[in-house]
Amino acid sequence: MNPALPTRDELFAILDGVKDPEVPVISVVELGIVRDARADAAGVTVTITPTYSGCPAMHTIEQDIRAALAERGLSRVTIETVHAPAWTTEWIGPAAREKLRAFGIAPPGAVEQGGLVTLTRRRAPVACPYCGSRDTELRSEFGSTACKAIHVCRACRQPFDEFKPL
Amino acid sequence: MTQKPGAPSASLASPAAARSAPAANPLFEYVVRLGDDRLVLGHRLAEWCGHGPILEEDIALANIALDLTGQAAALLALAGEIEGAGRDEDALAYFRDETQFRNALITELPKGDFGFTIVRQFFFDAYSYLLWEALAGAKHAKLAALAAKSLKEDTYHLRHSGEWVRKLGDGTAESHARAQAAVDALWRFTAELFESDAVDLAVAKDGIAVDHGALAERWRAIVEPVLREATLTVPAAPGAAATGGRRGRHTEHLGHLLAEMQIVARSHPGAAW
Repeated sequence: MNPALPTRDELFAILDGVKDPEVPVISVVELGIVRDARADAAGVTVTITPTYSGCPAMHTIEQDIRAALAERGLSRVTIETVHAPAWTTEWIGPAAREKLRAFGIAPPGAVEQGGLVTLTRRRAPVACPYCGSRDTELRSEFGSTACKAIHVCRACRQPFDEFKPL
Repeated sequence: MTQKPGAPSASLASPAAARSAPAANPLFEYVVRLGDDRLVLGHRLAEWCGHGPILEEDIALANIALDLTGQAAALLALAGEIEGAGRDEDALAYFRDETQFRNALITELPKGDFGFTIVRQFFFDAYSYLLWEALAGAKHAKLAALAAKSLKEDTYHLRHSGEWVRKLGDGTAESHARAQAAVDALWRFTAELFESDAVDLAVAKDGIAVDHGALAERWRAIVEPVLREATLTVPAAPGAAATGGRRGRHTEHLGHLLAEMQIVARSHPGAAW
């Protein structure tokens, strides 16, 4: 280990190089999975939170975090998982949203507040990440991964994923 | 994931003892009940993987199964921590027998046809949604955190099953008949979700659990309008309530489910992958 302990910012910079295994254009920091990182004499502690309770990528993410830190000579790593505050798509910043869109995934809209107001609510149509049209149709709120919904664009006929608001 | 065979705990080792004496650790019992409901129902839903009526539903049911199994893993891990006997979520999931499971009977019934699965899911989702909403305020930081997180996921589940109940009930004569048959068959299994016993009362006294009975009226306020809108008939009488799961008395179906779920872990105890 280096004699000087890495700062929180330095650790976050390293972790920003760890991409989400399912959405490889944004990092686990940009996604808000990494909640904290600190180094002391005992090693590095990284605090993460799962996006969805059953997200099967969490084990891979832990391994990738360990590998990225090990590359910088940081091999004594503890990963803590926390559940509060609950992960939300609100933590995904504007730059990461643009990366999602460019990758063909519609970025998450605003999280609906006030719980389950109605079962029959109609969401505003999501803009197609390919052609920008809002003439799109929600096919299913459950997509290729737990965090995505399936839409189809009627303008360009392209099916696409949406990172669904949570 | 690591498998560790767990020693049976004092409180769950003997169903007879659990019936006659108050649970040694009510909070452990309570959290195991929450975990077992989701573990067993998650497994039932996962049975649809590769068998869904349409691709989107195959994916949706698998996603919901994943959420429930993930919630179960976190809850059983918390239960193991509360118990303090060294059992983790895998020990609790794979190395307890049928009579040591505390899930409500409605979660273990075979998946049936798509109509049965959807109606069961709708009944459970509405209950689970209300339960998490209440438990998000529990005076137990870790349980409250899991409740707040699960509530967000269950909101999607409830909207999914509610929308499908409407489509099936107000669909074709065939889908209507199957949905109505499911409602009629499942109705008497719903009462168990709102039962309170000594475990609930002991935990409620500490400001952790909520009064499940008080959720029943709100559950009906979600469920009944959807059934009516789906042109389905709300059963007039509750029927003889089917209950016993919280005390380890199950239908014949749970043993078969566990045999499939636990076989790999029990055949290779201590295996890691």
